Amino acid sequence: MSQVQYQLSSAGENALMLYFEQRIDPAISVLVQQACELIRAELSEHLLDILPSYASILVVFNPFSTDLYRVRRQLQDCLQQLQSANDSTGKQIELPVYYSEESGPDLARIASTKNISIAEVIRRHQAVSYRVYAIGFAPGFAYLGEVDPLLQMPRLSTPRAKVPRGAVAIADRQTAVYPAPSPGGWNLIGLCPTAMFTPGATPVMPVAVGDEVRFVAVDKAEFIRLGGEV
Amino acid sequence: MSSYTVLAPGVLSLLQDLGRFGQAALGLTTGGPMDPQSAYWANRLLSNPQGSTLIECSIGGLQLKANGSSYIAVTGANAALTINGKAAQAWTTHKVSNGDVIELAMASQGLRCYLAVAGGFDVKPQFGSTSTVLREGVGGLNGNKLQAGDSLPVAQVTSLPRLQLPVQYRPQFNRILTLRLIEGYQAASFASTERQRFYLNSYQVTPQADRMGYKLKGSAIRCQQSQLLSEGICYGAVQIPPDGQPIVLLNDRQTLGGYPKIGSVLSLDCALLSQAGAGVEVYFTPISAEQAHNALCLAKVRTDAITSQLVTL
Repeated sequence: MSQVQYQLSSAGENALMLYFEQRIDPAISVLVQQACELIRAELSEHLLDILPSYASILVVFNPFSTDLYRVRRQLQDCLQQLQSANDSTGKQIELPVYYSEESGPDLARIASTKNISIAEVIRRHQAVSYRVYAIGFAPGFAYLGEVDPLLQMPRLSTPRAKVPRGAVAIADRQTAVYPAPSPGGWNLIGLCPTAMFTPGATPVMPVAVGDEVRFVAVDKAEFIRLGGEV
Repeated sequence: MSSYTVLAPGVLSLLQDLGRFGQAALGLTTGGPMDPQSAYWANRLLSNPQGSTLIECSIGGLQLKANGSSYIAVTGANAALTINGKAAQAWTTHKVSNGDVIELAMASQGLRCYLAVAGGFDVKPQFGSTSTVLREGVGGLNGNKLQAGDSLPVAQVTSLPRLQLPVQYRPQFNRILTLRLIEGYQAASFASTERQRFYLNSYQVTPQADRMGYKLKGSAIRCQQSQLLSEGICYGAVQIPPDGQPIVLLNDRQTLGGYPKIGSVLSLDCALLSQAGAGVEVYFTPISAEQAHNALCLAKVRTDAITSQLVTL
């Protein structure tokens, strides 16, 4: 069992940042996920918020019930218990996607940029099992990685004013489903009919950090049957 | 059950409680009152439990009609308050009766007023909070800002002590602010000359300042690190994008971001910044995390002490 590498840094008056090795790596993501569980249990009612990402955790505590020194020591205790290279405990999720030039306005551009067919773009996007690395930017927006190197595309130089709900998109090494209409600069390749964020529902989101996601192509009729709208 | 009817919402009126905590992992931001100190006094003047739902009215122009007898208090920015056309004092409990019209004019000093009612507005919380975040469509009435015709339910209250916060305890919203900053995040990636430039020069609040964040204008600051893996952003974090102009991220900030941050502004000072309009001059000064903790605890003790100084009318 190797020692987990981390760094504790101040973030604000009642916030500490826990940094692991700064790279996108499933093994680090597993550490983030496990550390979050330990920290939630250890800080319990003193924890105001906890925000996991690719290789960091923001810990926000109640400054009137605890203090920086105590929280710092508790975080160090949690990290002592962490063991590297444990298996992921996430669930496996399949998300249907209607891939087409109608639902994915950037498909053709990706294909021509990479000199492959549109069918190959669609095939490669489904061929990978993606890990949920982080949730943020907007409610229910899950950052999934990593995208096949041949499909990696930079963000648009001018973001679109409106990306539709359910848009399946690629930016660099990441892919995502837009949970609600919003401005966005990612490359759009299809539409997913699954609701990614439903206030009042249990669970609110079909995915959580640490889950594995696979995309499965459906035709337009099936997409509409599943509740999708073009 | 009684209620208030929104006759005119003004520039931007939002229902808020203390904010939405513990939901950041779903991508939900905190929201909450931009000036929590003023919001605190609005509820306190009505003997409400802290975090009772009130209205944050930015810039002014709010008009409400009371349906039933109730009590109100307005705090925060300096804006003329009238009840049935008659001037009424801010930072004071007022009794209102069925049919009374409450009007807030445009703010002359500060930006945001807080209007609380006895018992608080009775709105169903979403994700543990009634705070409205427009970008997320969450909180308030169906995630919206207040609109003419909205009906806001409240408890009928017939008797409350009338209180007033003495003038000397009311916050001052100055044209020059010094924001205390706890260094952190990527602070070490800013060269010492860049940090000196940051602390020695003044910045101006730009028109790009809203509930999400305040963009400032002044000497550009360079960071040796340009892009990083997206990471959690706390309240008051000062982000330095590639143009070098700082952005103080506030209540409705995005939960994750990938720009370098030099540290975070003390919450007490974020509240004052939130009352500042374009052109206000801002200085930063570094404090340690220990000093920040002391400042927070002392401010709480001070607030408790002032609470015992409230004048009964």
